[in-house]
Amino acid sequence: MTDDIADILLIGAGASGAAFAWSMAETKMRIVCLEQGGWTKPTDYPTNGRDWEARVTTDFSPNPNRRGRPEDYPINDDASPIKIMNFNGVGGGTIMFTAHYPRLHPSDFRTKTLDGVGQDWPISYEQLAPYYAQNDRMTGVSGLEGDPAYPPGKKPQMRPPHLGRSGLAWGTALNKLGWHWWPSDISIAIEEYEGRAACINLAHCTPGCAQGAKASTDITYWPQALRAGVELRTHCRVKRITTDENGLATGAEYYDETGTLRFQAAHVVVVACNGIGTPRMLLNSASATHPNGLANSSDQVGRNLMLHPYVSVYGYVDHEVDGNRGPPLSLWSHEFYETRPENDFKRGYIFQIARGAGPVTEATTSFDHGRLPWGEGHHAVMRQLHYRRLNLSLVTDDLPEAHNRVTLDPVLKDTHGIPAPKVDYTIGENTQRMIRHGIEKATLLLQTAGARDISTVNPIALSGWHNLGTARMGTDPTTSVVNEWGRTHDVKNLFIIDGSLFASAGGVNPTSTIQALSLYVADQMKQRLANLFD
Amino acid sequence: MSNTLANPPPSWGDPNLSDQEKRTLAAMCARMIPASDEYKVPGADDPLIQADIAKSLGRDATAVHEALALLDRLAGGDFAALPVAKQDEACATLRAEGGMNLTLTTRIVLQCYYRDDRVMISLGMEPRPPFPKGHVLPQGDWSLLDPVRARGKIWRDA
Repeated sequence: MTDDIADILLIGAGASGAAFAWSMAETKMRIVCLEQGGWTKPTDYPTNGRDWEARVTTDFSPNPNRRGRPEDYPINDDASPIKIMNFNGVGGGTIMFTAHYPRLHPSDFRTKTLDGVGQDWPISYEQLAPYYAQNDRMTGVSGLEGDPAYPPGKKPQMRPPHLGRSGLAWGTALNKLGWHWWPSDISIAIEEYEGRAACINLAHCTPGCAQGAKASTDITYWPQALRAGVELRTHCRVKRITTDENGLATGAEYYDETGTLRFQAAHVVVVACNGIGTPRMLLNSASATHPNGLANSSDQVGRNLMLHPYVSVYGYVDHEVDGNRGPPLSLWSHEFYETRPENDFKRGYIFQIARGAGPVTEATTSFDHGRLPWGEGHHAVMRQLHYRRLNLSLVTDDLPEAHNRVTLDPVLKDTHGIPAPKVDYTIGENTQRMIRHGIEKATLLLQTAGARDISTVNPIALSGWHNLGTARMGTDPTTSVVNEWGRTHDVKNLFIIDGSLFASAGGVNPTSTIQALSLYVADQMKQRLANLFD
Repeated sequence: MSNTLANPPPSWGDPNLSDQEKRTLAAMCARMIPASDEYKVPGADDPLIQADIAKSLGRDATAVHEALALLDRLAGGDFAALPVAKQDEACATLRAEGGMNLTLTTRIVLQCYYRDDRVMISLGMEPRPPFPKGHVLPQGDWSLLDPVRARGKIWRDA
């Protein structure tokens, strides 16, 4: 079945797709978005029920292989120590993220020039800054102006989240060491913002916010994009992007919610399926004119996967801290972010500082660790752990390496028979050295805070949230997939707007940058409408 | 697709425990988390908690069946019938040999135990979900950042 031609076919309604749809809607072009998942109702979110902590291991698990909803596609990540996390539905990963919302640093865009590692971006922080600001206004960011880890000009819309008991403990210890710290930028409405209710410290932010305070794009960008005329079709899974004899994209074949195979024709195709789904889509779209996969004459599609290895370091103090009573991530330290001559590695990492854990999380992790015993001693030990945990994560920069890649699994398929992605990934030597440094510094920090029983999880296996670099930007068509404004080098009416574009990963959560990039690409397209395909 | 579907997919395994499995599970839970008068909490073998566990097997049903079967084998056939000292010996072996099946089984036990009203009250918590009441936190004093401000810029020119 063939649908009427669209001006723009957008594939994916997540972080980047939503921002793009909203921005392009002002052109009044016919924009159709196909999304393989559906809408999530606020009443569906785990914090509505007594099983709120358990559901992060079941239907709201961030791991699609565990979650196993009909809209999820399987991922073979057996050959990676870090397992891939995502959410498939309107809002995408913003439904199931913790709303930590840092920007990249200016140096992240020039790692090759400054430090001789990785790849420079074809754009700069300064070029992206207006789009960061535009995205912040649409999203609503809570934070505190003046962070000395960033250039001036970053102005959060709302006050920062509560410092709380955990923040007081962390801040006091960081001051003793003379290290940088600051309230995190978070995309959670601490005050009422643009019709969204204020945060009431439900605290279990990651698997969706029942209050609607977390800025998932189903409640930020999408309502405005839909009112402006964008057509969003849910439960529609794209099989492949089609091309003509000249190698131009003509649209996409997709399965609608009844399982019927349809064709959506389009003048322009925009891919927003994240750093795993996008290379999968391009590789599944091989044709006579693109035998190695779409936009893949460079053989770079799927390569240079960067996952930001996460490491957890935590300990226990003798006084009560916040536990599960507030947005989990509300402070950061960028003390060790930039390259230092005394280090045996290049680039750096942040401390993503957390409040603590809820009772089930505390019990299950401590039980598995052996800290919480079976038998008579169980209750006394639990009361020494409950609401006593201080934990942080290292978010480490991850250099692009060609062998870290996404390919198509020769056997595994989704429920529509479409080949699934296969991930091959190892943690690079530079990052390993960075992790050793970070664990040493985090341990010192916890000791300074008076923590005991300090433990490390290295790496956190279920932490592959940040899937970056697999269709990177660049000016050289032999080493990159898209040009400096988001168009693929090979196919002049095919654009990519998600985390696949990242030339370097930085050491911070990427959603703010992904959305700013999406707005930047949309703006570039609008400026070039008269000669978009030249 | 929560863990309490009326008709879970066959790949999750049989959602129901046999009577024998229920006896074994309850006996194991009693050794894992015993009742305490001091803390005014039931054991994990409490009937209400056992009922919650029984309906929460979900994606891990097969793992639970296999862990309980292993425990009965280690006990010579019927773990629940053993004297307590022998049960503790079997549990020690189970902890050494149970692997991921035991991890998944104990996770369900803990998830159900630590959402029980009596247990939450004993921990000083209100027995309720987070929504809609939320929580209250101290705002704090951001003058704690003064040393960071005084130090000045740490970002790198590019």
